[in-house]
Amino acid sequence: MKNFSRGIVDGIPIMLGYLSVSFGFGILVMKSGLSVLSAVMISATNLTSAGQVAGLSVIVAGGTLIELIFCQLVINIRYSLMGFSLSQKLDSSFKTPQRLIVSFGITDEIFAVASAQKGKINARYMYGLITISFVGWVSGTLLGAVAGEFLPSQVTDALGLMLYAMFIAIIVPPAKKNYRVLFVVLFALALSLFVTYVCTFISAGFSVIICALISSVICALVFPISEEEEV
Amino acid sequence: MSIAVYIGVMALVTYLIRMLPFTFFRKQIKSRFIKSVLYYLPYAVLTAMTFPAIFYSTGKPIAASIGTAVALLLSYFDLPLIVVSVAASLAALFAGLMY
Repeated sequence: MKNFSRGIVDGIPIMLGYLSVSFGFGILVMKSGLSVLSAVMISATNLTSAGQVAGLSVIVAGGTLIELIFCQLVINIRYSLMGFSLSQKLDSSFKTPQRLIVSFGITDEIFAVASAQKGKINARYMYGLITISFVGWVSGTLLGAVAGEFLPSQVTDALGLMLYAMFIAIIVPPAKKNYRVLFVVLFALALSLFVTYVCTFISAGFSVIICALISSVICALVFPISEEEEV
Repeated sequence: MSIAVYIGVMALVTYLIRMLPFTFFRKQIKSRFIKSVLYYLPYAVLTAMTFPAIFYSTGKPIAASIGTAVALLLSYFDLPLIVVSVAASLAALFAGLMY
């Protein structure tokens, strides 16, 4: 139990962050016309912010399943890399069942906390970290979705901006410090505006995929990363 | 199509992306090009998802633009994610009430 409770404690900041962000997601789902149950189910089965927002936009637009699958692949593929990276750090408590369970909880924040640990990581520690984060994510979604039904529309409108503002807060600091990240951000920005307003036949879900892939491939060709920058 | 089907497919794809490498692969990716693409991809995805969608995320584009400006400014000063997102929402709220 010692490892489990240590995971819980380390996960408290993640839980608090998730509570507020998923509150915004709950509002977004309600504004899109889906039910409270759908909101909670999406959060409980996906546990990821960007992927859920993108998936929601495909669902609302009545997109195809192929579009949804590609969208999730492109947006969440970074979790594969994090999985690769974390798999090098596991102690002997990890057998196949533990790996199957813990892989559900690989998110940006959980990965960040887990990989910052000294030495190998224990399965119970990961269970604690994931459990507390999961509770924050799902209960925040529920609160947001329920609040979305009775909060005045001016308030829910403003909260609809919350997740996007968080994305900005993730992008800007590294873009400020690293000109290559700034390059990929500006490139993706220009391309996204172009596709949205000029190539209007491309749906929102595909637009994200196309813009993200083209700009990262071009940036990777122009500015290949060095060894120490690896994820 | 049923919402449940969408949610189920979304959940399955997201899980497989996480589970397959974590559970079955032990090798390191060698290609510098692929590593570079994977390094830049999250920033590109977040940018393409945010713009121009953020301008339509509240009822009024003017309120959303003010919220966006606040988010850009505060994140430039490295404020925590939660501070940036709450402040940007508040700015959009007040702008929405005023205009």
